[in-house]
Amino acid sequence: MAASVQNLQKRSSAGLLLQLWHSSLGKKYIMAVTGLGLYLFVIIHMVGNLQIFMGAEKLNAYAALLKSNAGVLWGARIGLLAIVGLHITSALQLAGINRKARPVGYAAGKPVASTFAQRTILLSGLIILAFILFHLAHYTLGLVDPSLLALQDGTGRHDVYRMVQQGFSNPLVSIFYIVAMGLLLLHLSHGVSSLFQSLGLRSKKTVGVFDKLAKGSALLLFLGNSAIVIAVLFGLIK
Amino acid sequence: MNLTLRVWRQKSSASAGQFVTYDAHDISPDMSFLEMIDVVNDRLIKKGEEQIAFDHDCREGICGMCSLVINGTPHGPLQTTTCQLHMRSFKDGETITIEPWRAGPFPVLRDLVVDRSAFDRIIQSGGYVSVSTGGAPDGNAIPVPKADADRAFDAATCIGCGACVAACKNASAMLFVSAKVSHLSLLPQGRVEEERRALQMVAKMDEEGFGNCTNTGSCEAACPKGISLDNIARMNRIYAKALIKNSVG
Repeated sequence: MAASVQNLQKRSSAGLLLQLWHSSLGKKYIMAVTGLGLYLFVIIHMVGNLQIFMGAEKLNAYAALLKSNAGVLWGARIGLLAIVGLHITSALQLAGINRKARPVGYAAGKPVASTFAQRTILLSGLIILAFILFHLAHYTLGLVDPSLLALQDGTGRHDVYRMVQQGFSNPLVSIFYIVAMGLLLLHLSHGVSSLFQSLGLRSKKTVGVFDKLAKGSALLLFLGNSAIVIAVLFGLIK
Repeated sequence: MNLTLRVWRQKSSASAGQFVTYDAHDISPDMSFLEMIDVVNDRLIKKGEEQIAFDHDCREGICGMCSLVINGTPHGPLQTTTCQLHMRSFKDGETITIEPWRAGPFPVLRDLVVDRSAFDRIIQSGGYVSVSTGGAPDGNAIPVPKADADRAFDAATCIGCGACVAACKNASAMLFVSAKVSHLSLLPQGRVEEERRALQMVAKMDEEGFGNCTNTGSCEAACPKGISLDNIARMNRIYAKALIKNSVG
């Protein structure tokens, strides 16, 4: 990270990506752009999954469509993996620098002006990462219960509807999902507004709009995703 | 007023420090915070003890020399400099904890005095406007829109005290650096060099070991001059533009 001033000339030939990677602001742009990508993904992911309330036929057809083209599917998977990897690697590197920048903390007082969501964004992010790994093991890799991936509906398609229903029939698993969605709410309520500041697109005039977008959409994501889990728990999805 | 002070005492940057408790009795509520420490120091000298070292200079709120984290807040409970803070802002009988700015790039020199020359080195790296020498130009030769002049002036009110770094949970210097970048780049004379300036000052800021901005706004809330986060957004824009131009052109 310590890119010296004398090195600027040399770095100019090293390409934009390398320059981004080696500067604090550049890494914040990477955080912002990958964060925006992941934010858009979770919105699409939720909207797709909410089709569960329209019945098994609709959801299973949607799932089959997503997997119909191996090229598109693997392109999306690898792209997402790269985005997650960049987001987390940058976050950890930046956090490491931050920790070194304050070797001795304060003995007294409360943090100035910052909110709980802002101060815990790294922690919420790391727990969400653990959740993502579990989520993939649960529904994509079938490591938690291999029978979930073997379910088939009448037409021979993967029965995603029944997979979700059976997957959430364990209350411990369901509670973990809802807690993770709560952490996502916390994470996005700061992150989604913050990313526009990092990209230089926010100002005193627009900060209110971005804050409302962040908190509002984070709440919708929490409610939408949790609704699926709760609907299964209360037997509304059979 | 009678107060108890918990003061950070540290002999040098090499030695370990610790809190020492002092009794500050018969303090006038009309004293400034620094005058209160002067009184305590006077009494320490009379007792033959080492006085508390702290930074101060103009005591008018304009030089940026005074510091002190008071009960966890840089410059104390009011959004002003410590020299402009008066003891009436505290309650009789209160215990006040006084600490130095805490940041790796601001090593403690003694007690409450930290070395802020990292800021000077950032300014040296690009916080100026290069001018060809010659006769002084006419003051109004280059017209400056009023709105730009106002924004530049707002940024220029930064006194470089370092409260932003002290308040930030990451000890980031973004508010300071962005104030300097904004102040110069908003004016036509400084705009010419805005890209080189942003690249060099940010590189220097990183090199000095300051943390990164997580957009919490602590800096703005602690800044005695009310420097706005808008400056950070502006620097983020200028820097992005500069990076692209620097790598493409």
